[in-house]
Amino acid sequence: MRYSGLKVITEGLFGNKGWTPAWRDPSPKADYDVVIIGGGGHGLSTAYYLAKNHGITNVAVLEKGYLGSGNIGRNTTIVRANYFLPGNSEFYSHSMKLWEGLESELNYNVMHSQRGLINLFHSDGQRDAFVRRGNAMINQGDDAILLDRDGVREHLPYLDFDNTRFPIYGGLLHPRGGSARHDAVAWGYARGADSRGVDLIQNCEVTGIDIQNGKVLGVQTTRGAIRAKKVGIIVAGRSSQVAAMAGMRLPIESHVLQAFVTEGLKPVINHVISFGMGHFYISQSDKGGLVFGGDLDFYASYAARGNLPMVEHVMEAGMTLMPMIGRAKVLRSWGGIMDMSPDGSPIIDKTHIDGLFIDCGWNYGGFKAVPASGWCMAHLMATGEPHEVARKFRLDRFATGHLLDEEGTGSQHNLH
Amino acid sequence: MRLTCPLCGERDRREFYYYGAEDYLHRPAEGAPLAEWDNYLHLRDNPAGVTKDLWYHEAGCSQWLLVTRNTVTHEILGAELVAERKA
Ligand SMILES: Cc1cc2nc3c(=O)[nH]c(=O)nc-3n(C[C@H](O)[C@H](O)[C@H](O)COP(=O)(O)OP(=O)(O)OC[C@H]3O[C@@H](n4cnc5c(N)ncnc54)[C@H](O)[C@@H]3O)c2cc1C
Ligand SMILES: [Zn+2]
Repeated sequence: MRYSGLKVITEGLFGNKGWTPAWRDPSPKADYDVVIIGGGGHGLSTAYYLAKNHGITNVAVLEKGYLGSGNIGRNTTIVRANYFLPGNSEFYSHSMKLWEGLESELNYNVMHSQRGLINLFHSDGQRDAFVRRGNAMINQGDDAILLDRDGVREHLPYLDFDNTRFPIYGGLLHPRGGSARHDAVAWGYARGADSRGVDLIQNCEVTGIDIQNGKVLGVQTTRGAIRAKKVGIIVAGRSSQVAAMAGMRLPIESHVLQAFVTEGLKPVINHVISFGMGHFYISQSDKGGLVFGGDLDFYASYAARGNLPMVEHVMEAGMTLMPMIGRAKVLRSWGGIMDMSPDGSPIIDKTHIDGLFIDCGWNYGGFKAVPASGWCMAHLMATGEPHEVARKFRLDRFATGHLLDEEGTGSQHNLH
Repeated sequence: MRLTCPLCGERDRREFYYYGAEDYLHRPAEGAPLAEWDNYLHLRDNPAGVTKDLWYHEAGCSQWLLVTRNTVTHEILGAELVAERKA
């Protein structure tokens, strides 16, 4: 069914009786050309582009819970293309272009809103680094505008500019940055994949990967064995467990990242603001809630909830930056399991097992990557060759020393 | 979350710095093959369940601890001083 404004009106007039489910609920078949493990944003977008770009429709996405129950429904929805390093820069730029056409592509309202992202800086040295980053973004064909202190004040008059520890010197504005509705992205790709013939199979946990003579044969699941010519592991925070089923040890450590949302308020914060020195960032959802977060809890964790020290730290940083939010009541807090890589950059690659592919290492930046990751993973799985904009996301780059350490913090998993 | 330091007793998580998995204790010998360095620096078992990892008692006794804990429940199961471990 095609969605449109007219459809909404006519359905409204006739009691909304004509809506049908957005996707089927099929039972797994015995055999597929491609099995995708993981029904998060990346798994669903990969299935969509396999069907759309490569005509491969005999595909199943196996999800252990319900679609969108992982990080895709837990993130703070920032979409940006402000990366610096060759390898990352072209990839996120590609993703941004896909975002910009996503709603018409999927015929689904993902509420992509390019409200502008402002990264604040607080010293001359930091400004120099941001000038350099801004130039890299412009060289890539994306947009960046350096704001001085008054320039930031025009956009964000409510900040505390004269904080003694971190006075605001200016900011880097990325006008095409913004946010989107996370669930809708999962649902839009799910619907698009399903309508092209992909089987989306929920409550189906993969418990084993069948391999013979170095070639993948299929998977074992809680709903029986499923044969497949090709298998993609796309399970974010659970990557190490699933890869271990194929005897692999990954360069990944899983960490918990928390986020928070306040009660709904009238529009007050029009941008996405990031206060890196304080480990704090914030935006306002279209429902009115202030959505904000900070850094990892910093210890390896699979609990989708964090501890109080980081809650306190994030609240303090928020109050430091914009004292006005102190009266807003926090409604909810939650955590997600992040697949942290040792250089902060992702992996989209083949494995040493024929027919087995992996897409992981998204750290806390994998939401904005959903379109391009699916695009490139589908390309890799269909053609056997890495896509041009993802060719540096190799699994063996740690062994060969070709790290993509965007933040220059060294190879410690929790420092990115 | 509270960790029990063998020297200082039960202390708030904020007194500690987290470094990473126990793997960091197994530094390859000089001249070891690159694969061993990759294993040491990057590759991790990353278990969902009981694990051992390194914490530094920064705001306490300044000792490195090897902590046994559960990554799913955040339960702390024990801690020993790295300095007193037999290699
Ligand atoms: C609090 C928070 C804030 C964030 N903020 C941002 C942000 O502002 N911008 C941004 O770009 N990114 C952000 N991220 C990161 C982003 O959400 C993730 O990088 C991204 O969602 C991960 O990819 P995914 O959507 O495929 O993961 P998931 O949605 O986690 O998908 C993985 C799926 O695999 C399934 N699975 C696992 N094991 C198995 C198995 N054995 N069998 C079958 N299925 C299995 C899981 O159930 C899950 O549904 C944030 C994350 C968090 C937690
Ligand atoms: Zn101590």
